[in-house]
Amino acid sequence: MGDDFYSRVSDGGDGMKTKEPLSGKYTGFPWGHVIGYMGSILLTLVALWLAVNPPFSQGGIITILLVLAVLQILIQLIFFMHITESRGPAFHTLAIVLGFLFTFAVVAGSIWIMTFNSQVQ
Amino acid sequence: MVHQIVEYLRNADPLIQMSAAAIVLTLLGIIFALTYYKKWRWLWREWITTVDHKKIGIMYLICALLMLFRGGVDALLMRTQLAFPNMNFLDSQHYNEIFSTHGTIMILFVAMPLIFAMMNIVVPLQIGARDVAFPFLNAVSFWLFFFGALLFNLSFVLGGSPDAGWVSYPPLAELSHSPGPGINYYVLSLQISGIGSIATGINFIVTILKMRAPGMTLMKMPLFAWSVLASCIVIIFAFPPLTVALALLGLDRIFGTHFFTMLHGGNPMMYVNLFWIWGHPEVYIAILPVYGILSEIVSTFSKKYIFGYKSMVASLMLISVISYFVWVHHFFTMGAGPGVNSFFAVASMAVGIPTGVKVFNWLFTMFRGRIRVTLPMLWALAFIPCFVIGGATGITLASAPSDYQLHNSYFVIAHFHQTLIGGAVFGLLAGMYYWWPKMFGFKLNETLGKWAFWFFNIGFYVCFMPQYALGFMGMTRRVYTYPAETGWGSLNFISTVGAYLMGIGFLFIVVQVLYSIRYGERDTTGDPWDGRTLEWSLPSPAPHYNFAQIPTINGRDAWWEMKQQRKAGSLVSENELKPIHMPNRTPLPFLMSLAFFVSGFGLVFNQFTIATVGLIGVIVCMLWRSLEDDRGYYLSVDEIKQTEASVRGA
Amino acid sequence: MEATEKTISDQKPQEHGMEEEEKYVLGFWLFLASDLVLFASLFATYLVLRTHTDGGPTEAQLFEIPVFMLETFLLLTSSYTCGLAMHALKNGHARRLIGWIAVTVLLGLAFVGIEINEFITYSSEGATMQRSAFLSAFYALVGTHGLHVSLGIVWLISVAIQLMRKSIQPTTARKFINAGLYWHFLDVVWVMIFTVVYLMGVMG
Ligand code: HEM
Ligand SMILES: [Cu+2]
Repeated sequence: MGDDFYSRVSDGGDGMKTKEPLSGKYTGFPWGHVIGYMGSILLTLVALWLAVNPPFSQGGIITILLVLAVLQILIQLIFFMHITESRGPAFHTLAIVLGFLFTFAVVAGSIWIMTFNSQVQ
Repeated sequence: MVHQIVEYLRNADPLIQMSAAAIVLTLLGIIFALTYYKKWRWLWREWITTVDHKKIGIMYLICALLMLFRGGVDALLMRTQLAFPNMNFLDSQHYNEIFSTHGTIMILFVAMPLIFAMMNIVVPLQIGARDVAFPFLNAVSFWLFFFGALLFNLSFVLGGSPDAGWVSYPPLAELSHSPGPGINYYVLSLQISGIGSIATGINFIVTILKMRAPGMTLMKMPLFAWSVLASCIVIIFAFPPLTVALALLGLDRIFGTHFFTMLHGGNPMMYVNLFWIWGHPEVYIAILPVYGILSEIVSTFSKKYIFGYKSMVASLMLISVISYFVWVHHFFTMGAGPGVNSFFAVASMAVGIPTGVKVFNWLFTMFRGRIRVTLPMLWALAFIPCFVIGGATGITLASAPSDYQLHNSYFVIAHFHQTLIGGAVFGLLAGMYYWWPKMFGFKLNETLGKWAFWFFNIGFYVCFMPQYALGFMGMTRRVYTYPAETGWGSLNFISTVGAYLMGIGFLFIVVQVLYSIRYGERDTTGDPWDGRTLEWSLPSPAPHYNFAQIPTINGRDAWWEMKQQRKAGSLVSENELKPIHMPNRTPLPFLMSLAFFVSGFGLVFNQFTIATVGLIGVIVCMLWRSLEDDRGYYLSVDEIKQTEASVRGA
Repeated sequence: MEATEKTISDQKPQEHGMEEEEKYVLGFWLFLASDLVLFASLFATYLVLRTHTDGGPTEAQLFEIPVFMLETFLLLTSSYTCGLAMHALKNGHARRLIGWIAVTVLLGLAFVGIEINEFITYSSEGATMQRSAFLSAFYALVGTHGLHVSLGIVWLISVAIQLMRKSIQPTTARKFINAGLYWHFLDVVWVMIFTVVYLMGVMG
């Protein structure tokens, strides 16, 4: 979260009454959110289109779909969750990065380990 | 359900009926004593509703020691059964139940709470904080652990214990093969305490990252705090797979799904996979804080700064990440193929490197140090060779081809007891002795402690060294008896003798504690070991707000440096006191965990009404907490002055 | 904040400024990281078991594009409105904030409703959780996400009530920040479900 925001709220800013914004930085139109929203809708439609009319081989499509999904996730993280903003060291970013690393380990690892399964089934 | 329980008790073996009676009598005794001495109020106000990390730590410690007793009795029963060929002391069902509860209790209800005890008692004091980041959540964690353990132990008297090993692999653990409530107990109690563990992990990471005293940069932080940070990182990422494994197994058993069954496409190996994604990191959760404890003790009793601080930190962090990439070594024999097995074999061996770094650093710290062999140091010294052997046999097992020979043999039993007892338990006992004065204000008697130490140590080697040989001779784990022709008799007998020696060692610890409560040397200085880190700057036991003034830190081993400065007369005098903000005590953590317990108990017996009532209780407690406006209270300067005067004996 | 020494009753306790609240936000991020691995385990299970249909219904037979697309749009839009609520918070507009929360909650409710309906439809076609390992894994993964969303709805409502009572102050701001993070996080998970379960499902 942005610096000014925190300090403004800690001043006990009583938003119900104060009509003036908490900080100049955030006034105006929420461009970030709109861009994020548009982007996510667009990516969803592209993904659907690729899945329904696959222009080339399945393996390739799946890779592209996964790339699109990663982009979607980045949109959520950056435009909506503001993961890049922080006061002081960005420990939360580190935590999420580790989370994704372990997510990858669990998912990819399990699939790899359990492929023996297709041989015995 | 009542019917089911009565039926079970009626048909149970006399041993169980007797213990059930004994438990009921003890409970009645406790209730009577509490009433007679009018202690209910005290129990409620000082302990059950407390959010003080030091008291929570002490409660963890007490529960862990009680559970160690139960797990130890289980162990002795098993070793008695195995002492001679063709013994008839326990039947096979009994033996199965006992090794299952022994293993589960030792790992989840002894090792984990011992670690949480040390974390709770020490970390805030060491980093100069007044409490953990979320005291309320901390209490929730403890009570979830408590009720999880209670639920698990209840199985012993109500309905039958889990009997599919501490891993509870399907299909054996599925309804088709284990129809009673036993495995449900396992699933639900682990689930309940597991939620608490994740919460503790989050709590301590935030505490360590956000609540250090001014000046204490991360690289000036004591190694124990670093090791707790490493361990907590592993906790928050390793426990969710267990949560899922247990939940899915529970769904199979209670709702008839097919994740791990043999029918309708289920795949039991997927459980094994998920279980060990947690299971291997779990042993690092237990051992990492012990590395920290060792570092503190070795440095204090060698009167030296720890050798290679940075490499210690790096190796802790490295281990916490690598330990996530080795889990397949627990099921090499599934036959995932050469690619998979090679990858995980190499990764497993790689953990040895940072571990080796740590061992050498401890040795170099002691080198030319002024070593004082006190009880904590004694256990730390015993830890090193024991853990090194455990590590070496671990590398042996990590090599996939040799694991095909050794898997599920007594070699494995010997290996993991070597790391869990020689590693985790020795280290945690060292920590317990080291911080005992800080917790209770008196030292534990040295002489009795030495007796305990030698019995336990010699007992350990006598018990487990023969088991390596038994493994090579082909004795498999989880067998309740063996014929004389196998030739395993004599080594097994020796092993049992060792187990009893350890049992005597444990009794000495009990005697030592009881004796020292009355006669132990009182710690009036707050710094009985001439310590180096901040916890020793406080009186023993520390006042409930910990630090009247938060100290400012200039270097590593902050307290040591303050003492040097004070000697040199250059310590600037303290500035004035300010009111301290404290959290209120609250019954909610207890009530919420109780609700979890009720819900779990209902599910164990497929009683969905009870389960729902419990869950509603949980939700009500959460909403209550969310809506209540609990801002804590202030401790006035006068109160602080009074307390300081009385605890510092000034 | 550190200005004057008053008694407790008439001021916010000292340590309860936004700095104090930041601990909660970090703690919540850690929870999310942990929850991520929970979903990872469910995804792993699904991916391993997804071909284990035991002769029963398969993904391609079950999933209907309009339904899951609608679910996706509802959730993406709710994420956007939740973001607008955050914008309102940053600008200090308590009323607008509560309004956007209400919109978010409604979208969330619609999502859950459609999902429940989806599950009921499948079950009535014989595709129950007990039918095959694939279906067990499907319901577990998508259902856990649905449960999270339901919890998120309850949480947002509770935050909205508190905002109505106390307006914007450090505690309520933090509570909304965390609830909002949670809501967006559920979108992160849904995006993966959309791709891995539904899209890859209809591709066959
Ligand atoms: C007094 C010390 C102990 C003795 C004599 C002892 C003895 C035993 C025995 C006889 C078994 C069963 C072997 C079998 O039949 O397969 C066993 C299993 C086990 N023990 Fe211990 N034990 C001791 C302490 C511990 C401690 C401190 C821990 C962990 C912190 C531990 C963890 C386990 C585990 C995980 C199992 C495996 C259970 C299973 O097979 O499912 N033990 N122990
Ligand atoms: Cu392992």
